[in-house]
Order: sequence, then C-alpha cells, then structure tokens
Amino acid sequence: MATGNELIASGDYIKHHLQNLTYGQNPDTGVWELAHTAQEAKDMGFMAFHLDTLGVSFVLGVFFLLFFYRIGKKMTADTPSGAQNFIESIIEFIDENVRGSFNGKNPMVAPLALTTFIWIILMNTMDLVPVDWLPYLAQQVGVFFGADPHHVFFKVVPTTDPNATFGMSIGIFFLILYYSIKEKGAGGFAGELLFHPFGKMMLPFNLFLEGVNLIAKPVSLALRLFGNMYAGEMIFILIALLPFWIQWSLSLPWAIFHILIVLLQAFIFMTLVIVYMDMAHQKDEH
Amino acid sequence: MNINLTMIGQLIMFAMFTWFCMKFIWPPIVAAMDERKKRIESGLIAAERGLSEHKEAQQKAQEMINQSKDQAAEIIANAGRQASTMVEDAKDVASQEADRIKTHAQVEIEQEANRARNELKDQVSDLVMQGVNSVLAKEVDAKVHKDMLGKLSQTL
Repeated sequence: MATGNELIASGDYIKHHLQNLTYGQNPDTGVWELAHTAQEAKDMGFMAFHLDTLGVSFVLGVFFLLFFYRIGKKMTADTPSGAQNFIESIIEFIDENVRGSFNGKNPMVAPLALTTFIWIILMNTMDLVPVDWLPYLAQQVGVFFGADPHHVFFKVVPTTDPNATFGMSIGIFFLILYYSIKEKGAGGFAGELLFHPFGKMMLPFNLFLEGVNLIAKPVSLALRLFGNMYAGEMIFILIALLPFWIQWSLSLPWAIFHILIVLLQAFIFMTLVIVYMDMAHQKDEH
Repeated sequence: MNINLTMIGQLIMFAMFTWFCMKFIWPPIVAAMDERKKRIESGLIAAERGLSEHKEAQQKAQEMINQSKDQAAEIIANAGRQASTMVEDAKDVASQEADRIKTHAQVEIEQEANRARNELKDQVSDLVMQGVNSVLAKEVDAKVHKDMLGKLSQTL
C-alpha cells in the first residue's frame, strides 16, 4: 500500500504517518499557518491545533450523537426494531456496568460512560481503515489546493494522539475533583488526601501518596489508551512497508486481533471512568 | 506527538458531547426502556391474575355443576315420589270409585230383583187370584176375602 510513496524512504514514511496535520502559530513570523514539516509543527509549541485529530474525532462524535439521537427520538416502548435493538443493547450494557460499579446517585455518570465508550470505540476503529487510504485522500485534497504532497500530513486515529486521550482524561480528572469536593466537602476531600492511609503523624507522606494516587488516575487513563492504539497503529504502518502482495497475510490477522484491542481499550477506559466517579462519590469509606 | 491546544479542544469537545448525550440521548432511551419494562411487568401480573381467575372460575363452574346435579337428582327424586303418590292416590280413587260403582250396582240389582220379585208376586197373586176366582167363583166373595188375599200375596 505504499503506492504514491515510493520516493519516501521507509523511515520517512513512518514519520510522515505519525505526524499530525498541525495548524499553529509560526514562532518566527507569528503567523498562524499549517506546519510544513514535523520540525515546524514542533516549534509551534503549545499554540497549535492538530486539525486531523480534532476533525476526525469531531466527525465521529457527531456521528455517534446524531445516530443515537435519531433513534432515541423514535424510541417506542412497543416491540423495538433493528436499530433500536442495537442501541438498547448498548445502553443496557452501559447501564449494567454503571449499576455494578457506581453506588452513588448521579444521572451524569451513565451518559458519561456511554459517550466515553462509543466515542473511543469509533476513534479506535479508525485504526482498522487501511493506513494509507485517508492520508492519501488528504494528500490529494492538499494537492488540489496547491500543497506539496509530502507536506500534507494526516494522522487518522485520534486516540494515537496523546492530545485526544489527555483531553478526555483531564476532563475526567476535573470531574473527579468536582464531585470529590461536592460529595465529601472541601474538608472531607482534603482530609482524605492528608490523613489517609496512615493518620496525622504521617501527614506529608500521606499527601505524597494520595497525591500520586490522584494524579495517576488521569495519566494512566490517557497513557494506557494512547499507548495501546499507538502501538497498534505502528504495527499497521510497519506491515504497510512490506510488498503489497504479502501485506494481507499480516495485516488481516493483526486487524482481527486489533478489533479486540479497540473494544477492550474503550471498555477499560469506560470502566475506569465509572470506578473513579464511584470513588469520588464515596463518603467515609475507611 | 506535541502536546498543544488540541488537548483543550478535545476536552471541550468531550464535555460538549457528554452534555448532549446526558441531555438529549440518554433520558428518552432509558425512559422508553423503563416504560417497556413496566408494561411487561404489568402484563405478567395481569396474566398471572387471569390464570388464577380462570382457575377460580373453573372451580366455581365445577361447584355450580355439582350443585345443579344435586338439585336435578333431588328434583327427580321428588318427581318420582310425587308420581308414586299420585299413582297411589289414583289407585285409591279408582278403588273407591269401583266400590261405589259396585255398591251402586248391587243396590240397583237388589232394587231390580225386588221389583221383579214384587212383579212376580203380583203376577203370581193375580194368577192365584184368577185360579182361586175361577175355582171358587161361586163360593168366595172377592170383596170379602180381598183383605185376606192381599195379606197372602204379601207374604209370598
């Protein structure tokens, strides 16, 4: 599938595939523009957007919401039809998980879990689209607008961009903080950080331990998803370097295996979100 | 793999999607599912009730059948008894009637016999009188001996 990229050496090919389409402020000129090279994108620092990550995840999210919204509007309590059955089985699955792990009372947790689950599945599923298709399409569009094809980057899978996974996990982190303070009170939450697990005498140690525990939640959440999807994407790219007639023998098994990872990672993310929300809602557990 | 504003964008997008899901997607779906659950539940309860009602009705019907059987048997027994009494009565009436007719007939026969006998007596006495007259025409005065002859004819 390396057609059109023969001129790029395999190392460049991989790098090209792992580079986001970056729109940001050029530090030298101060102009907002698309980065032409990886170095340029890096130099833009924090003041930049990954258009591919944002675009793909936005389209997928809107697709998910519209699909569910349309069917949710036509919901009947009578015999459900095909699409409604599909939606209901997902809702039931999520609901079951939330009921199983979440003991508090918060109408936000189940929709949060649903959004997390489906959105991550959709974003991960982009990994199963052959690695060159969408970047090639993007290249053609870029060329149409007069861009140098080698400078049109397009990273299809949003979850292989740590920005996407950290964006979600930081959202979760805020929710953890918010509900911890809301449910336990500021004092209760501070007490949990300061006096657990070893009482007043070990206060600094407690704070360190609980602080790490707290910070580790969003970090591990984001890195786990990112790492898994990045590794999977990487292997697809490596397989794409092989001669085209042998690629299927590796990409097919890996894709089948990857379906499992796609679902599993989304499920793990969702479950952990539910568990973290449950922990934030628990009062005086010890 | 640069961390940049994309992260903030993703965070905002995530928040918006979750909010939309919570506001417009989750409630109607769950409401419809709950509604169905309730319907199924009430349907099952109704079915159960229907079943027990059916059973009860069957029991009642059986009872009624038994009752009416008993009643029918009673009626039949009554009717039998009544019939036999009627037959008895009829027999009584008939025998009484027969007795009456018999006595009546006897009376009539007796009367008839008496009349015949009287007639016969009269005729015999007449005959006797004629014979006696013809024999004793000259010797006996009919007027003188009429009483005597009358007494005689009465003793016959």
